[in-house]
Amino acid sequence: MYRNLTIRQKQIVWAWAFLAIPILFYGVIRFYPTGNAILISFQEWNLLGDRTWTGLENYQKLFADPVFWKVFKNTFVYLLLGTPISLVISFVIAYHLDKTRFMHGFLRMLYFLPFMTSAVAMAWVWRWFYQPVPVGLFNNALASIGIPQFPFLQSTTWALPSVLAPAIWAGLGFQVIIFMAGLRAIPRSYYEAARIDGVSSWTVLWEITLPLLKPTIVFIVVFSSIGFLRIFDHVFNMTTNNPGGPLNSTKPLVLMIYETAFSAFDMGYAAAQTVVLFLVLLVVSLIQLRLLRDS
Amino acid sequence: MAFFNVKALAVATATSAAALFSTAAQAVEIEYWQYFFDARVTAMETLIENFQEANPDITVKMTHFPYADYRTKVAAAIPAGEGPDVVQLFYGWLNDYVAAELIQPLPADVFPASQIDAEFFPMVQAMKEGDAYWALPTAVRSLALFYNERLLEEAGVEPPTTLDEMIAAAKAMTKRDGAGNLTQVGMTAGMTAQDHHWWREGLIRQFGGEPYVDDYQTVNYNSDAGLEALNFYASLFTGDDAVSAIGFMDEPQAAFKAGRAGLHIDGSFRIGSLNDTRGLKWGVTELPATADGTRSNYSSYWVNAITTKAEGEKYDAAVKFMQYITSDEAMQVWLDVVGELPAKPSVGLTEENSNDPVFGPFIKGLAYAHTTKFANESGQRQLMVEMIERMTLQGMSAEESLAIAAEAEQKILDEYYNSASN
Repeated sequence: MYRNLTIRQKQIVWAWAFLAIPILFYGVIRFYPTGNAILISFQEWNLLGDRTWTGLENYQKLFADPVFWKVFKNTFVYLLLGTPISLVISFVIAYHLDKTRFMHGFLRMLYFLPFMTSAVAMAWVWRWFYQPVPVGLFNNALASIGIPQFPFLQSTTWALPSVLAPAIWAGLGFQVIIFMAGLRAIPRSYYEAARIDGVSSWTVLWEITLPLLKPTIVFIVVFSSIGFLRIFDHVFNMTTNNPGGPLNSTKPLVLMIYETAFSAFDMGYAAAQTVVLFLVLLVVSLIQLRLLRDS
Repeated sequence: MAFFNVKALAVATATSAAALFSTAAQAVEIEYWQYFFDARVTAMETLIENFQEANPDITVKMTHFPYADYRTKVAAAIPAGEGPDVVQLFYGWLNDYVAAELIQPLPADVFPASQIDAEFFPMVQAMKEGDAYWALPTAVRSLALFYNERLLEEAGVEPPTTLDEMIAAAKAMTKRDGAGNLTQVGMTAGMTAQDHHWWREGLIRQFGGEPYVDDYQTVNYNSDAGLEALNFYASLFTGDDAVSAIGFMDEPQAAFKAGRAGLHIDGSFRIGSLNDTRGLKWGVTELPATADGTRSNYSSYWVNAITTKAEGEKYDAAVKFMQYITSDEAMQVWLDVVGELPAKPSVGLTEENSNDPVFGPFIKGLAYAHTTKFANESGQRQLMVEMIERMTLQGMSAEESLAIAAEAEQKILDEYYNSASN
């Protein structure tokens, strides 16, 4: 039967034969669980007993839950603080590093190192840095020059920025490398032409470097936005005893999902939260892709 | 030569057939699951060895997982029919397993309820429904007050026996630097550790209250006793003469291990890791009593249960194994190897065990211990943590914070007991 096919048909058969493996893989590993999670979000299930249909109850509970709104806000604070700050810092570093010849490779390695370090190890080291006296590095330094203690992780105001700082630092190395690649891709002739015209370096930055970096910037914004919306490991490890605390001030959506599913074993409610996270990620990504298309 | 070979073959066939026949007729393999903790695995290996010696026709295969994955793995495996015949579960999970029909009650002829009521410590009765027990523990845990001997000596105080003495001793051991920052706490504090148990089942009862009513389905601590208990607890870490600070050295047990805390309330499971801490000289005493001598303690335990997967001869073997691991002999092995307390007074309250300088205070505590029936332990603990945080970080009054906590906890309990699957 195969023998009777035309060459074109044979090519199609082979293409599908090869494609079948990733399709099957995605079907079983990605699409089936995603569909199942959406289904569970309309049910009540504690992982042990039978699933019972509850309709929109989980969503009603979610929208009436003040903790959910607090967590929802936190998630966007992580995004709205984390993305611009990391973008600016990594650009400034990349811009200057690009011009530095002295120990260039070594400096680049230093910036990239945190990106390769395990987030868990890093979060624990920072957690100890932030402790009050007698263990915390920062507070010991403050105490030795007579400045009062700073409540890094023990304040509802400062805990979130304190958790965010190492997360930004950890992602910096990757963004610096991407920015440097983007900077190197800008043709030198533009800069030469600008120099001949006697333009100030500020104008060069605004009129040449930044506009030509737009694809790079959009990529980094999309990439780091998704990362900050899904932040979990830094928060969980820095606040394990009181996950997302104090008073839920550092709790992101993913941590709330984790706790609902694996501490409270309320799978339906956790699935409803997952669906919301999915929609948020979808909307944010679509907006950003639209911006990408404009360029 | 050929003849010899045939004969040898015949003999070999006969013996192996006999061996095969006997295995098929007698040997039963049952599977046992628990979470991985070095001493628990060693103790269970000893018990399995002893059991198999006494019952050569039964083999027990033990499987263990890291603690972090245990609950999820058990919950995923048992409904799928992949699980063990006998399983170790935390007492607080049992309701869910009973409701989902994943475990079967222990047979009343081998485990008569009246006999268990009489022989085991009373808190085990939380596992009873009607005339049948669903599960039984080998060992139980309770709380006690650990103290740092060097710091006590340095401050010239004795191990406290009452709450007033405890505060006085803690004050004597508290140290501050020039700016008033704590550098050594008289006592550790933090609801994230064991303090929420101490507050619920210890302090509230000692101040004359009852934390829950209706078989732990109704919160009852939003009362004068509850408020008094909360104020007492908050006095440890508020005000200028605080003897403690929340989050001092990150975790209470870390501060105690580092020798920077004089007193520390913790469970019997902490003994092992304190023994491994070099340079720490510690002792332990019963939880302090009130001035009129009222004591109260919290006890928790892991139970063994037979799953619905065990049927026929596997069920019989599982019952025999359950009988052995809840026997006096097994409890003594568990105490000696793991350091967890026997679940029967007849084993625990022997002269030797209750006068043991380390285990004694915990074992004595069992006599007046209560076991909280949690719907969601970490969720309910979180409410205690937040109750304190509202007071320390937002300056809320104790009355108001207590009322909020009570209301939120009632909501968790209502949701749990009213949901369709329970």
